[in-house]
Amino acid sequence: MADFRLPPNSRINRNGRVHKAPPGARNVRTFRVYRFDPDSGEGPRIDSYELDPKSCGPMVLDALIQIKSAVDATLTFRRSCREGICGSCAMNINGVNRLACTTAMADLGNEIKIYPLPHMPVVKDLVPDLTNFYAQYASVRPWLQTRTPAPPDRERLQSKEDQEKIDRPAACILCACCSTACPSYWWNSDRFLGPAALLAAYRWIIDSRDEATGERLDQLEDPFRLYRCHTIMNCTDVCPKDLNPARAIAEIKKKMVERQH
Amino acid sequence: MPDRPLSPHLSVYRFKYTLLSSILNRATGLVLTAGLLVLAYWLMALNQGPESYARAVGVLSGGIFKLLYAGLLFSFAYHLVAGIRHLIWDTGRGLERSQSQKSAWAVGIISVLLTLALLYVTFAQRGTS
Repeated sequence: MADFRLPPNSRINRNGRVHKAPPGARNVRTFRVYRFDPDSGEGPRIDSYELDPKSCGPMVLDALIQIKSAVDATLTFRRSCREGICGSCAMNINGVNRLACTTAMADLGNEIKIYPLPHMPVVKDLVPDLTNFYAQYASVRPWLQTRTPAPPDRERLQSKEDQEKIDRPAACILCACCSTACPSYWWNSDRFLGPAALLAAYRWIIDSRDEATGERLDQLEDPFRLYRCHTIMNCTDVCPKDLNPARAIAEIKKKMVERQH
Repeated sequence: MPDRPLSPHLSVYRFKYTLLSSILNRATGLVLTAGLLVLAYWLMALNQGPESYARAVGVLSGGIFKLLYAGLLFSFAYHLVAGIRHLIWDTGRGLERSQSQKSAWAVGIISVLLTLALLYVTFAQRGTS
């Protein structure tokens, strides 16, 4: 059964430290950032950082890097590519999961609230533990499985149309924005695979070269793994790569019905 | 494994059309189930003869029940239209972000109009008879 409240060790102290902008700073934006330090023995808290957006680049990630390098070096978050292709800086910004590096501060208000991806164990500050998420991805066997031997003189070929079917689903960067936006995943992440893993499963199910379609569907035929999806549509709504996990899941459900006839 | 806190979810996630349309569909389903109890009471009274039926009608005509019927009619209308939306989704159609946004609005507007029509039919007819 879903527990809608946070466990006692996760309750948030809303009055954390306040880092004021230097006197004379203009157009100050206030960042309210979730902080948790496993070594402090204290629970999570919200720290406030006032920042002049002119002091850094235009994206939320630029501001976080500016805070870390100029204001508070203890602030911890993941980031790498700063151009929306690695998926490291996924976080909940003003109530919606997105990549900090592709979210412009100009599109947000003067107060920017930043939390880790929702309903995940927090390692530190904005860094969630994604172990279970990655294990679920691995469980769909995200690689080409074949029974027939490969042609001796060339690769396994595929028509342009067949390639286009996997074009979009294969563009997933595993940032976990979708899965951690899904209420079904919040309440059942131990048994429901979540939109990201199911999108990956779909990408291999419809791959014309893959020869394990039956086994892949067998593995998903389960009240929880696949069918906890209730088409809430949060996954498709938040995907920073404009992919459509909800449609992939609907297509898998269709294949389940089709193969019974 | 250290005692890691759970990051906040319901308390921080923005309440968007996706969450609203999903939770309304479930809530109206619950209300309809509760409404079945009222229907069962009415049918049982009907089965037990004229006196108990008259008593039941007396109870069920109270003002508070009129409000309940309006709620039941809306629940019926919303659950029906939202259910049709889910059926269309199950065929693999209408699942683009912009489409689901529009259909969420459409479900809301159509179900309110349907509720008003049902209310008119129910209460206006009773008034004239």
